[in-house]
Amino acid sequence: MTNLENFRQETKDWLNENCPPEMRKPGDVSWGGRKARFSHPDQEIWLERMGQKGWTCPTWPKEYGGGGLTKEENKILQEELFAIGARPALASFGIWMLGPALLEFASEEQKLEHIPNIVQGKIWWCQGYSEPGSGSDLASLSTKAVLDGDNYIVNGQKIWTSNANYSDMIFCLVRTGSQEPKHDGISFMLIDMDQPGVDVKPIKLISGKSPFCETFFTDAVVPKSNLIGEENKGWTIAKRLLQHERSMISGMGLSAGGTSKKKISGLAEMAKRYVGVDGQNRLGNPFLRGKVARHDINSRAFSLTLQRMGEEMKSGGPSATASMGKYYGTEQNKLRYEIMLEAMGFNGLGWEGEPFSPEELAVTREWLRSKANSIEGGTSEINLNVISKRVLGLPD
Amino acid sequence: MALTLNEEQQLLKDTAREFVQKNAPISHFRELRDLNDDKCYSQDLWKKMADLGWAGILIDEEYGGSNFGMVGLGAVLEETGRNLVPSPLISTALLGASLIQLAGNENQKKDLLPKISEGKLTTALALDEGARHDPLNISTFCVKKEKNLVLEGRKTFVVDGQSANLLIVVARNSEPNNKEESDASRSMYLVDPKKPGVKITKISMVDSRSYCEIIFDKVKVNEEDRLGEQNVVGIIDDVLERAQIGISAEMLGSALEAFDQTIQYLKDRKQFGKPIGSFQALQHRAAHMFSELELTKSSVQGALNAIDENSNDKSRYASLAKFKAGETLNLVSNEAVQMHGGVGVTDEFDIGFFLKRARVAEQIFGSSDYHLDRYAVLSEY
Repeated sequence: MTNLENFRQETKDWLNENCPPEMRKPGDVSWGGRKARFSHPDQEIWLERMGQKGWTCPTWPKEYGGGGLTKEENKILQEELFAIGARPALASFGIWMLGPALLEFASEEQKLEHIPNIVQGKIWWCQGYSEPGSGSDLASLSTKAVLDGDNYIVNGQKIWTSNANYSDMIFCLVRTGSQEPKHDGISFMLIDMDQPGVDVKPIKLISGKSPFCETFFTDAVVPKSNLIGEENKGWTIAKRLLQHERSMISGMGLSAGGTSKKKISGLAEMAKRYVGVDGQNRLGNPFLRGKVARHDINSRAFSLTLQRMGEEMKSGGPSATASMGKYYGTEQNKLRYEIMLEAMGFNGLGWEGEPFSPEELAVTREWLRSKANSIEGGTSEINLNVISKRVLGLPD
Repeated sequence: MALTLNEEQQLLKDTAREFVQKNAPISHFRELRDLNDDKCYSQDLWKKMADLGWAGILIDEEYGGSNFGMVGLGAVLEETGRNLVPSPLISTALLGASLIQLAGNENQKKDLLPKISEGKLTTALALDEGARHDPLNISTFCVKKEKNLVLEGRKTFVVDGQSANLLIVVARNSEPNNKEESDASRSMYLVDPKKPGVKITKISMVDSRSYCEIIFDKVKVNEEDRLGEQNVVGIIDDVLERAQIGISAEMLGSALEAFDQTIQYLKDRKQFGKPIGSFQALQHRAAHMFSELELTKSSVQGALNAIDENSNDKSRYASLAKFKAGETLNLVSNEAVQMHGGVGVTDEFDIGFFLKRARVAEQIFGSSDYHLDRYAVLSEY
């Protein structure tokens, strides 16, 4: 047996022994944290075992608690997880955004302090980037951090901080230098939210839910050791992290589209349920059928593109092409919900209660939520700017 | 499935790029266009391409081919597409070679495939009969009358039919008017274009390539002229899928070149005291095209692989590739002309050539709509 075959067998055996039955069914995923709440006892067991093994972050180095797997080994792990229908052990901005940036920019002490906690889901992280006056023009941000002895004192306000009301810590962009030139006075720091100087207020969205918050800093205290990289040099880290964020969000464009095993896509199946079929088993409404087919094709082409970009990526993580993925993936996702709504007619427009099914109501809320996809993490327009300038080299 | 080229395939692509830049840049196409020659391609160039192994690129080595597979041919077609090179690559190296290799008997293969590999024999597939690709809907037939088989019908928009040494004609096995509509079987016949009863008329199209109408007026053929068995519908479908993917690779090349030329123009052309590429109204459209091109690249590469790996999903891949290539080339060719402004609609600038080639290529082997519908049917809706 080759090493990879060995690895597959070991992985199978380990998962067989360690993945609790309840975690082999679809369901919610834990976000961990100091005050972690679990919807089922198996969720806690699963997180603990996967965290100890480092398989929540399979390719991260072992010395920081990661799995230390190669790309090929990770592929096998993912295939075996998929094969038993295992749900992810942990959802976390620490995994998707902060961790990769720490691995690239943090000091050895900082890596040892923070990365194992991300791997094991001990800390729930949120992101402090946007401010009320700094959305697309992120670098104009004005939350201020002033050094006072061994601590920074932070004052200001962040907005769109996802899940800040549950989070333990926030990775934050703050101004430590002058306002002009605006990119040069920004620092990247980690702030503990469990202190009197930090207040959080949820924001209610058009979907009726509150995934986002406003976060206020009033003389919040941040130890100097929580500054990542050099003071005033945080913009480089910020941009890098945004690339990771954009790659992560790109994945949303993937959910539709049939596979070679199952020909029909979820979208087409749903459309069939609502509008029926003609005598030749074609979707009853030809206009809708065209939209579904176009969406299926683009989903498939997009998924092949993410695969190809992964193959082309030699090292160093995502590049400016992450903007392409973010732009296309989120536009695709929004369009998918529009097509679902169109298929459902009035049944897709309920707010609550009868005569709508819980599934219908969920789609409607997700449709509303999807409108933020092409805004959060850099709007479609900002990503088109990045492609124009960084990829195509078009002038300012 | 890998979506990036291996070393050998990359080398082939680099060779193709160098060869085309040296021997057949767009000015080569312009010269041919101005000559208004019936062949519409350079035989000298085809000989050189054959020497590089491209004429036999899908042919097994035992018949003199280089057997590089569809991924190899796709790499070459992308490069010829970039420079709008007219050549029998699709009509002969792809269609002719594949049909003979997959359907032909041993004698036919031994006789014809080495000639194709050497660049001495060119072929044309005479299939469609109307204004749209519609392979199931034909009325040309070949039936036994007294001692002979007789071929009768009219084929149109036959690619490279005027220059071919050998026509491959798809025909019904029964007369269409005898109500045997249940007879969906089809045969292919190898027909010498000089045979009595074969009448070929040039059709002049906007892309200045070779198309013709062919009338078969009671053309006598023999059993030996039949390419393989009496019913080869499955093989025809398989080869058409290859052709759909092959022309998608060519279309991708054309779209990439039109895009590159347009981006360069946006950087060079100044208005209001600065490059027009600094205007966001143009930047966002350019960035959107870039995204569509990336998706098209992946679709074409996925489809080329699907053929070489004999994927059980290759039929859908063919429609995926042709749909994306068609939609993207349509978008890019329109935007390229618009972004070039006034010079974009002059004959002096090459960019208009891409627009003209685009629309014809979009129709060949099925339009985007055709493949959208086909994709849905294959996906069970």
